[in-house]
Amino acid sequence: MEEFFTMIVLIADATLRVSTPLILAALAGLYAERSGVVDIALEGKLLGAAFAAATVAAVTHSAWLGLAAGITFAVALAMIHAYACVTHKGDQVVSGMAINILVAGLGPTLALAWFRQGGQTPRVEGGARFHPWSWPGAEAVADIPVIGPIYFEIISGHNMFVYIAVLCVPLTAWVIYKTRFGLRLRAVGESPEAVDTAGISVDWMRYQALIVTGILCGIGGTYLSIAQNAGFLRNMSAGQGFIALAALIFGKWRPWPTMFACFLFAFTDAVQTRLQGVDIPGIGIIPVQFIQALPFALTVILLAGFVGKAVAPRASGIPYIKER
Amino acid sequence: MKRLMLSGLAAVSLAVAVSSANAADFSPAIVFDMGGKFDKSFNQAAFDGAERFKMESGVAYREFEVTSPTQREQAIRRMAKDGANIVVGIGFAQAPAIEKVAKEFPDTSFAIIDAVVDLPNVRSIVFKEHEGSFLVGMAAALASKTGKVGFVGGMDIPLIRNFAAGYAEGAKYVNPDVEVFQNMTGTTPAAWNDPGKGAELARSQFGRGADVIYAAAGGTGVGVYQAAVDGGKLAIGVDSNQNYLHPGTMLTSMLKRVDVAVENAFKDAKGSMFTAGIQSLGVAEGGVGWALDEHNRSLITPAMEARIEQARKDIVSGKIKVNGYKGS
Repeated sequence: MEEFFTMIVLIADATLRVSTPLILAALAGLYAERSGVVDIALEGKLLGAAFAAATVAAVTHSAWLGLAAGITFAVALAMIHAYACVTHKGDQVVSGMAINILVAGLGPTLALAWFRQGGQTPRVEGGARFHPWSWPGAEAVADIPVIGPIYFEIISGHNMFVYIAVLCVPLTAWVIYKTRFGLRLRAVGESPEAVDTAGISVDWMRYQALIVTGILCGIGGTYLSIAQNAGFLRNMSAGQGFIALAALIFGKWRPWPTMFACFLFAFTDAVQTRLQGVDIPGIGIIPVQFIQALPFALTVILLAGFVGKAVAPRASGIPYIKER
Repeated sequence: MKRLMLSGLAAVSLAVAVSSANAADFSPAIVFDMGGKFDKSFNQAAFDGAERFKMESGVAYREFEVTSPTQREQAIRRMAKDGANIVVGIGFAQAPAIEKVAKEFPDTSFAIIDAVVDLPNVRSIVFKEHEGSFLVGMAAALASKTGKVGFVGGMDIPLIRNFAAGYAEGAKYVNPDVEVFQNMTGTTPAAWNDPGKGAELARSQFGRGADVIYAAAGGTGVGVYQAAVDGGKLAIGVDSNQNYLHPGTMLTSMLKRVDVAVENAFKDAKGSMFTAGIQSLGVAEGGVGWALDEHNRSLITPAMEARIEQARKDIVSGKIKVNGYKGS
């Protein structure tokens, strides 16, 4: 029982850690798609931000400058996307894919030219990296049964970004549903003609949404390279931008359900990591291959059986052209 | 004076001409695998060997870093076609490609690390990883305070299982009650370069009570070692001597002298002493071992060193027999 409880706590702990970039990227996608811009470049923005953050952190030895660089680079990429498919009404999927491919090659190439370490950045340490926060009294209460481990492992001892990601969810819900900006954002994704008639610039709304997307992806990418890991590695985002996109659809473009979808993906990943080679009473040791297929199998089952119809914002993916 | 300078110049140009003639005559090539030549581990060991050859002989080599599985055969064939005298393939995954290309170019020499290709122009170099892993397994069990040690593998293949089996045998040799956790990163080549996953696996093992983790996972290991630093635990490196990465938390490294194998293959081919066939390198041949240097000196007590060294001698003499992974 004791051991089982410890395992649950550790899995919850890992779920939070793994879900952080997913939540940030999924919320980033939420702003873009709610404004009517499909953004499959979340992956590229995460990776680009990871690269920029690690590079600047490695050179300046400042994690905060790294964060600033990560955000700046991701916003710049988002602006390329906006310029191509808001200003010039280009195809949003093509533009997004172009950004993904661009970043996948650009990062390692620049890293190779600058650092000569095979497309990686040097390892970042100390002040060039964000370290976990230990909350007051965490050590003291760690030995208290039940509450102690929960406080010590799950609530305390995470990276700043983990808290930021979780706090971004209510913030996003508030912005989307309770503010004037949010109302216009949703309107521009559902019925841009109406927004235009009301005298609000559709293009400017979409630009603003993509700036927010860039900022959130920038934070997520920075977490990947200088908080979770210690340096940039080739293709280190490993498809998390796409998983975030799936979580967004899974959560039907709403902040809270999207967060839970991210948790679910992260949870299956954490379980997968921990179930390997563990002797489960009554079942025995489960083959590795089965465990590794589990997250994907679970995703398919949940998507097919429980989520129901996912309806995208109506104007999503359609460039807005006045006076057709 | 002018004459002296001229003759000096002539000598220099002659020397240049000779060395470039040499370089033109002999052209070695190496094809790294998915981890990349800066994985700080397996591929980097091969890279170090190739670099040493270049330094000593002055002959440049050609290289290619495979980034997707489809490139292996193309890269190897390209090298052979462009007139390489010897092509060294790094890693078991290149065996099918080497086999195919070696048949097409019977006059070119090939070498493959970690796999056996039975052809008259291929040298197959395999290591007895289990013997080296046995020694670091002993180190892990001797250094562990909790009696629990961990292993993080890269791709789930018999080769990596062999590392794990030797490691567990070594740990049990020291402490029969020791608990050994084993995790594999994945079942695809991407598992060689996934430090984030490596760190997660390491954290999960630390969470279950392990305090020493051995990573045999190429670039993924970097994440494992970082997790050990972050968690204040110990880690064991693999293939290259990785003690320098994090002095103070790297207990030791299992050395697999891929560098020597690559260097020797180049040298033999250059001196026309290339031999095909299987080379099986274990503790006795100096092909595998454990690393003790200034970076981990403070972590290894004299008593530990004495026990591990004794075991090393016993393996050489045949007193200890390490079984390794026997497949299934």
